[in-house]
Amino acid sequence: MKWYIIKRLLMLIPVLLGTSIIAFSLIHLAPGDPARTMAGEHASQRTINAIREKYGLDKPIYIQYGIWLNRALHGDMGRSIVSNEYVTKEILDRFPNTFELTFFAMILAIAIGTMAGIISASKQYSALDYTFMGIALFGISMPVFWLGIMLMMIFGVYLRWLPIGGRINILIPFHRITGFYLLDSIITGNFAALISTLRYLILPSTALATIPMATIARVSRSSMLEVLRQDFIRTERAKGLSERVVIYKHAVRNAMIPVITVIGLNFGLLLAGAILTETVFSWPGIGRYVVSAVRMRDYPAVQGCVLFFAFVFVIVNLVTDIMYVYIDPRIHYE
Amino acid sequence: MERKRETKTGELIRRFKYNKSAVFGLVIVLVLVLCAILANYIAPNNPTPSPPELFNSLKPGFWSEDGIKGMPLGTDALGRCVLSRILYGARVSLSAGFVAVGIAMLLGITFGVTAGYYGGRVDAVIMRMVDIMFAFPALLLAIVIVTVIGQGLSKAMVAIGIVYAPQMARIIRSSVLYIKEMEYIEVQKAIGSSNWRVIFRHVLPNSMAPVIVYGTLMLATAILDCAALGFLGLGAQPPTPEWGAMLSKSYSYIVSGAWWAATFPGIAILFSVLGLNLLGDGLRDILDPRLKT
Amino acid sequence: MMKSKIWLVLLIAVGLICSTTLVGSAAQAGGTLVFGSSGDAVRLDPADVTDGESIQRMDNIFDGLVEYKSGSTEIQPCLATSWETSKDGKEITFHLRKGVKFHDGTDFNADAVVFSLRRQYDKGYLPWHDYGEWAYWGYMFSDVEKVVKIDDYTVKLVLKTVNASIMTSLAMFTVNIVSPTNAAKWGPDTFKHPAGTGPFKFVEWVKADHIALEANDNYWRERPKLDRLIFKVVPDPSARLMALEVGEVQGIEYPDPTHFDRIKSNPDLKLLTEPGMNVGYMAMNTGYGYKDANANGVRDADEPWVKTPGYFEPLTKKKVRQAINYAIDKKSIVDNLYKGTAIVAKNGMPPFMLGYNDDIEDYPYDPQKAKKLLAEAGYPDGFEVTLYVMPVSRPYMFDPPKIGEAIQGYLAAVGITVRIYQVDWGTYLQETEAGNHQMCLLGWTGDNGDPDNFMNVLYGPNACSIGTAGNYGFYNDEEAQDLLSKALQTYDESKRAEYYQKVQEMIHEAAPWVYLAHSNQNVVFRANVQGYVLHPTSRKFFYPVWIE
Repeated sequence: MKWYIIKRLLMLIPVLLGTSIIAFSLIHLAPGDPARTMAGEHASQRTINAIREKYGLDKPIYIQYGIWLNRALHGDMGRSIVSNEYVTKEILDRFPNTFELTFFAMILAIAIGTMAGIISASKQYSALDYTFMGIALFGISMPVFWLGIMLMMIFGVYLRWLPIGGRINILIPFHRITGFYLLDSIITGNFAALISTLRYLILPSTALATIPMATIARVSRSSMLEVLRQDFIRTERAKGLSERVVIYKHAVRNAMIPVITVIGLNFGLLLAGAILTETVFSWPGIGRYVVSAVRMRDYPAVQGCVLFFAFVFVIVNLVTDIMYVYIDPRIHYE
Repeated sequence: MERKRETKTGELIRRFKYNKSAVFGLVIVLVLVLCAILANYIAPNNPTPSPPELFNSLKPGFWSEDGIKGMPLGTDALGRCVLSRILYGARVSLSAGFVAVGIAMLLGITFGVTAGYYGGRVDAVIMRMVDIMFAFPALLLAIVIVTVIGQGLSKAMVAIGIVYAPQMARIIRSSVLYIKEMEYIEVQKAIGSSNWRVIFRHVLPNSMAPVIVYGTLMLATAILDCAALGFLGLGAQPPTPEWGAMLSKSYSYIVSGAWWAATFPGIAILFSVLGLNLLGDGLRDILDPRLKT
Repeated sequence: MMKSKIWLVLLIAVGLICSTTLVGSAAQAGGTLVFGSSGDAVRLDPADVTDGESIQRMDNIFDGLVEYKSGSTEIQPCLATSWETSKDGKEITFHLRKGVKFHDGTDFNADAVVFSLRRQYDKGYLPWHDYGEWAYWGYMFSDVEKVVKIDDYTVKLVLKTVNASIMTSLAMFTVNIVSPTNAAKWGPDTFKHPAGTGPFKFVEWVKADHIALEANDNYWRERPKLDRLIFKVVPDPSARLMALEVGEVQGIEYPDPTHFDRIKSNPDLKLLTEPGMNVGYMAMNTGYGYKDANANGVRDADEPWVKTPGYFEPLTKKKVRQAINYAIDKKSIVDNLYKGTAIVAKNGMPPFMLGYNDDIEDYPYDPQKAKKLLAEAGYPDGFEVTLYVMPVSRPYMFDPPKIGEAIQGYLAAVGITVRIYQVDWGTYLQETEAGNHQMCLLGWTGDNGDPDNFMNVLYGPNACSIGTAGNYGFYNDEEAQDLLSKALQTYDESKRAEYYQKVQEMIHEAAPWVYLAHSNQNVVFRANVQGYVLHPTSRKFFYPVWIE
């Protein structure tokens, strides 16, 4: 077990190195001159040349990469060409926003998804089962950007229940401590800020949660059904335990194993979804940042974001694999 | 094995017929294909009239008295018939999906078969590359590739094809590994058949079931991702009636009350993906119960 | 029992969260104005910004030597109380206001003026010169040789040549005065910690979210009426409008013209609109530019006319360019795509400017005539041409992709097939300045209100320099350049007007541009916001504003 984790960690190194090379070279193969973008609309050629020199954009690409990698290993991914701010800082500034969005979405997806799956399985072929699974079927086919727009239109534009973009009502006094809005408003006991934050969070996280929620519901249903057919459940029932105890105490734990894999697998979808959701809802997170960085050809920023996403993604997959081992005693890794 | 499969064809069709959701999926897909093929006959209007009828900009459809006759789903900001654009859009989205999956299959089969069949170092190198590609969320990688090779529908197809290739390679590799161990392949090798012959005559045909199943499911996500790139402005270029691009150009008008131009293209995407998902799931149940999750 | 409790809690929570009344329309904080901007600032150093978003923050933190009168491009004293120009017109002496303090508490004086300007032009003034790109200096102030301190409250500006537009240029943000002490304190990070003498002081900058300012109690004029001024970033125009409707912001910029009906029907909102100082156009590459080897911005004798990379035979013919002018229904574009918040343009600068030629008769929409001209030019069956379409919305063109598609449709009707080419904004500017385009959409917002800032930079043959072109039609009639240069070097306004009018006539005949529109600038406020005055350059001054 320990060796397995160490092996998995060592395997991270070539993967991360590979991703950095891909990220770096891809962006540099692209057409377009970043010096031009940095200088703005009215700049002279002299200014542009000065910028090119200053940022080392005229050096051979492998030297640029070497410099960059060395600095990246020291936690310094360079300064954003657009804002002149450290990329690491730009990413960390936005990280709490993306984290709260994806985390909240994941909680929604897991809570509602597993609940729906369990209920569906325990009442197989009931009207409820068909309804849940019907919704789930639409859920997995949903274009997340369209769903976001529809939610925005219904709950924001027509019903006017919820705001359609942003993080918090700026008129509410709010003290930033950690940068995590939910956490900060709880720490400071700021009830108004907490409610406002939640209001802003609902639509984007619902849009983002839908696909993983639907997948989780489907998987937990089929996994539950499989477990319910097994011998030990029949034994439990025979023992005269109530149906509720059988399902929630015994069956669910066993049924959750494949669900965890699915949650891990869905994390990538969630990150990709975050790129689109943040774009639709003007959410000041890393997803929107990477889209605008790509458009502005902000080399350091794109590289930083891509590496960040890859890193998070790889870690989550690792954690999923390890959790899998812990939960399922039948699986052993050498 | 081959003989057994032949007698199973009738059985497969029968099982398919009893899989209601798969039949439903097939119907949606067929409708979609028909729309794509017959777009120029069934569309009520030219999807890109010239000169443009700007004065028709953002008119509602059949549900409103302000609507224009013959434009049942209303018009977009340039005064073009939304229904006609959606019908022509089926052509664009379907072909984009097919090309992307085709590229993914070509690359995936090449690398997957190579890795699985030859094993050893080749396998290790290919699979490490696959691991690296897997470290990116698919859409992010597609965005980065599009940034490099340029925008446009054909470029987006290529990007998505490349992004999906590792997944295909993995699926094919594992199925090749499984088949390779079978006795009759050993026999073929023993009687001196060339590697190429073994691969093309025996290994490939026998690993087709997962390829078809995952190809169908991949077609669904390819259409979705193509639309996403269109939505981000990196996919199809004007005046191509592509669903994602139609959506992104219209959604700012929902605040001014023109909800139709953004709503209907989204429904088109939703149903195409739904149809392909149902069909893919059905095929999986029928062709290869082993794959069931 | 347990279950029902959970449901109850859930219900209450949902109720709380969905009730818009709870916080949505919370009472106004005392004199706080939140302005919904379309993007975040890039930097907060007035000399080192080129984008409208950064500029609108700068304009409320800093002052310059001179400033524009409210709502006009005439200048009036600001940090300089008076000035004299030498006889040869090459030296301007400024007398500075006394008793003015920067936000950091230090004194405003001649040293601060010299510091603010010298860091921009003096390569040897280190480390300050290295802390910025100073893009606008090279562009607007290259005629300035140096700035000299005479005594603590007198400075002298020395020019290389006479420049008729220098005083209006001095009202630009680029030459606003920054605190040298503050710059020394923050070094290369000064752009995140601005300190000027303006009506508002910088409080905080939360990236991609908002920038907060507060009233400067020691302002040298009367204290501003607003206590706090917050620029909140809301990129999507629909989201901006929604935030304004529920009162989360009190004002927004760049409202989407399609929302105007909704805005006008809402009594809580008011739309401020005014003709903007801009032009949006489609340029056609006439084929020839020059390589500005010595980067002096002027075509010298040893710099010959050469083909631009985007050279395209049909567009070198005047009849083809005129045909394209006839083929496009500008009025329909302005009515339906600009939603009427613009006027149809027939010249390359807006009608209220000095030297506008109103005698010119615009090309009417006439596809038949267009076809006839194309046939006469030798293209009865049309041709295929590439149109560069801007990826971003600018004040002079709200929705370029839509306009590009409309033009594509109009030209298809006369047999010309248009391929639309879109690329990110940075590359777009680079490629069009290099003359890679056959046709392109672009435009201009005036910087200082002087006609030279349109006519010379956009249509002067000197601006045909491949790689740094501003003349995207590569219109290279040397006679036009003579007239434009004469116009800059005289202070006689009627003579200047005459020169500019003549050039507009020549351009109309040669037709390298399809001038589309002069857009209005639009700002929307809540009805209780008072005192805001639109400025022709689209700069945003909140000093006189208050909330009722």
